[in-house]
Amino acid sequence: MPGEVREDAVRHRPVPAGGRGTGTGAGRRAPGRDRGRGKARGRRVPRGLRALLVLPLLASPLASCGSGEHAGVPTLNWYNFPDDSGALDSAARNCTRAAKGRYRIVYHKLPRTADGQRQQLVRRLAAEDDSIDVMGLDVTWAAEFAEAGWILPWTGRTRRLAEQGTLRVPLQTGTWKDRLYAVPYNTNTQLLWYRADLVDEPPRTWAQMLDAARRLAAEGKPHLVEIQGAQYEGLTVWFNTLVASAGGSVLDAGATAPSLGRPAVRAATIMRDLARSPAADPSLPNQMEDQNRLAMESGRAAFQLNYPFVHPSMKANNPELFRHFRWAPYPRVDASRPARPTIGGINLAVGAYSRHPRQAFEAVLCLRNRENQIAAAVDGGLPPTLRELYSDEEFVRNYPFADAIRQALENASVRPRTPAYQNVSIVIAHTLSPPSAIDPRRSVETIEGQIADALQSKGLIP
Amino acid sequence: MPGAAAAARLSAGARQERRLGWLLCAPAVLVMAAVTAYPIGYAVYLSLQRYDLRFPDRAEFVGLGNYAAVLSSPFWWEAFGVTLFITVVSVTVELVLGMALAMVMHRTVLGRGTVRTAVLVPYGIVTVVAAFSWQYAWTPGTGYLAALLPAGEAPLTEQWPALGLIILAEVWKTTPFMALLLLAGLALVPEETLRAAMVDGAGGWQRFVRVTLPLMKPAVLVALLFRTLDAFRVFDSVFVLTAGAHGTGSVSILGYDNLFTALNLGIGSAVSVLIFLCVALIAFAFVRLFGAAAPGSGEGGR
Repeated sequence: MPGEVREDAVRHRPVPAGGRGTGTGAGRRAPGRDRGRGKARGRRVPRGLRALLVLPLLASPLASCGSGEHAGVPTLNWYNFPDDSGALDSAARNCTRAAKGRYRIVYHKLPRTADGQRQQLVRRLAAEDDSIDVMGLDVTWAAEFAEAGWILPWTGRTRRLAEQGTLRVPLQTGTWKDRLYAVPYNTNTQLLWYRADLVDEPPRTWAQMLDAARRLAAEGKPHLVEIQGAQYEGLTVWFNTLVASAGGSVLDAGATAPSLGRPAVRAATIMRDLARSPAADPSLPNQMEDQNRLAMESGRAAFQLNYPFVHPSMKANNPELFRHFRWAPYPRVDASRPARPTIGGINLAVGAYSRHPRQAFEAVLCLRNRENQIAAAVDGGLPPTLRELYSDEEFVRNYPFADAIRQALENASVRPRTPAYQNVSIVIAHTLSPPSAIDPRRSVETIEGQIADALQSKGLIP
Repeated sequence: MPGAAAAARLSAGARQERRLGWLLCAPAVLVMAAVTAYPIGYAVYLSLQRYDLRFPDRAEFVGLGNYAAVLSSPFWWEAFGVTLFITVVSVTVELVLGMALAMVMHRTVLGRGTVRTAVLVPYGIVTVVAAFSWQYAWTPGTGYLAALLPAGEAPLTEQWPALGLIILAEVWKTTPFMALLLLAGLALVPEETLRAAMVDGAGGWQRFVRVTLPLMKPAVLVALLFRTLDAFRVFDSVFVLTAGAHGTGSVSILGYDNLFTALNLGIGSAVSVLIFLCVALIAFAFVRLFGAAAPGSGEGGR
């Protein structure tokens, strides 16, 4: 592992113009010597062969520098979530080709978990790493990165181009203090998934859903409601969705103080009521999206609040249940007001220490263009952020719930936008865990006090 | 330690040799200063600043403000209590089990090497790997141990069961280490003394309490000191098993969360410095309470 990291660091070490000797010289010796010695230790390798072993290692840092910087083609490093579908790789290739020599994009995979991704980016940016040109940010990070001066704002023509045809709510997540810092790459939101063999009509409200679950439980049928109840970001998302659906918000408009109030108390009440009802999964306080998916696939549950990835998974893992597997809008808090599910997704931003910001902005526009978003949506399964794609035939054919997602996105809510979002999220999840122990009024008061501290970056986080 | 008078008595050659000795270890001292003294000093410096990576413009000197914030926070005291609990329980259990294992290893006649190797296996497994296997074992759906519990029980999701499992993982992992240190102590007890006690009519328990334990006290203290300091800084097991959720976070987890998730370098450094002070205090208390028998109290001085 450390070896890998070092090699990586060497390959992307900036090479000052004309200073090739020093930059690559250091890189040439370090990995080469280490590897050579490692090989030689086990068994005596003839000297000539040893040199041969080392040669390719020398060549790789030299080659990438040579073809990148030296030939005058700037290399843009794109750090994004690890994608197994190949959609991101091909986007990087497409855009490199389309750039016709103006720049070259290299896609680097970040760790799998959002926390891991953020940590890696933050560590590099805090050290003013100039090898980060384009990065994929979770929807909740824009304010934080912008305030710290780690990403560049979009202005003028590039901003106009980026906003054109982009869905409104995802665009909000990349905006901080009226400036656009990160451009929506993909988005995501939860739907209600249910089994049509157990209920004829999907419930429209939380009250109806709990009633249906109680009825099913009384009949001895699968009745669980699967939702994310573990102490982590997912619990905050659940709370945020309910608060917004009840007509409130976590922070006030200026993101300077907690808002919460009555809608928050109602949200906390709904969470507690579910946790204490027969609809609650016994492992609710430890469940994340994937455990929810597994529980539904195993046939224990009647309802599930989750992202669209559960659909192809059910098709592959339980074709029998898949015949009854349906989706519906997220349940409402008030029958009269549509639910406002929280959106997730990735936004693309340009690093403040990048040596090629102009090309990086251009590259982002290419990486998120129509073709690349279709590929990412169809192969990678993540909903796109360009409005017109939701009526695109090819996309809809591969994405049967496209319309439900689009409608959910129109009403969607965003998570509190503040540089201190991590703290806000942690205090919410900490206070509301486990959901069965929530005391609505008191819990909301606790959250209120702690958010006020968090916004000032005062005090500890749990 | 020989005093100045002794130094004056040294011949010119010896003095030169001593100078050479200092010169030879100077590079090592410099490296140590660079990799330990500097980071510790920097952490202390940071802990006196209001310094949040996300609000670089608001950085300022706040004196002991961060320490006040940490020490007045219920989160710190909760984590502190959890850490103390884990430390006391796990070290006590390890001491008892380790002593029993050491006795077994000491007395085994047949296959001594095999027994020692078998006992050491848990200690040879990487902590994170061991913690992951515990985590899977106790998670309903993936684990053989969770399957033994009544349906619907998820022990890692409740505070006390989770703390118990963290302690179990720690005990399983480090008892061999304890046993090894105690075994070294047992070897110090001369067989003749035990025989003499037997001749005087001492029973097995009396021989253990009155003869064996006092003679191996230094080894017991070293073992206890090492394990207490280790246990107080417990991080990996907690991080993997519960990530500090459900009131199971140790002080190290608290420091990590504030440094790496909240990016609050000031508060996080204050937590780290406080952990450092606690550890120093524990070491000091051991030396003080157990006096001359403790390591580092310098038998040579008398």
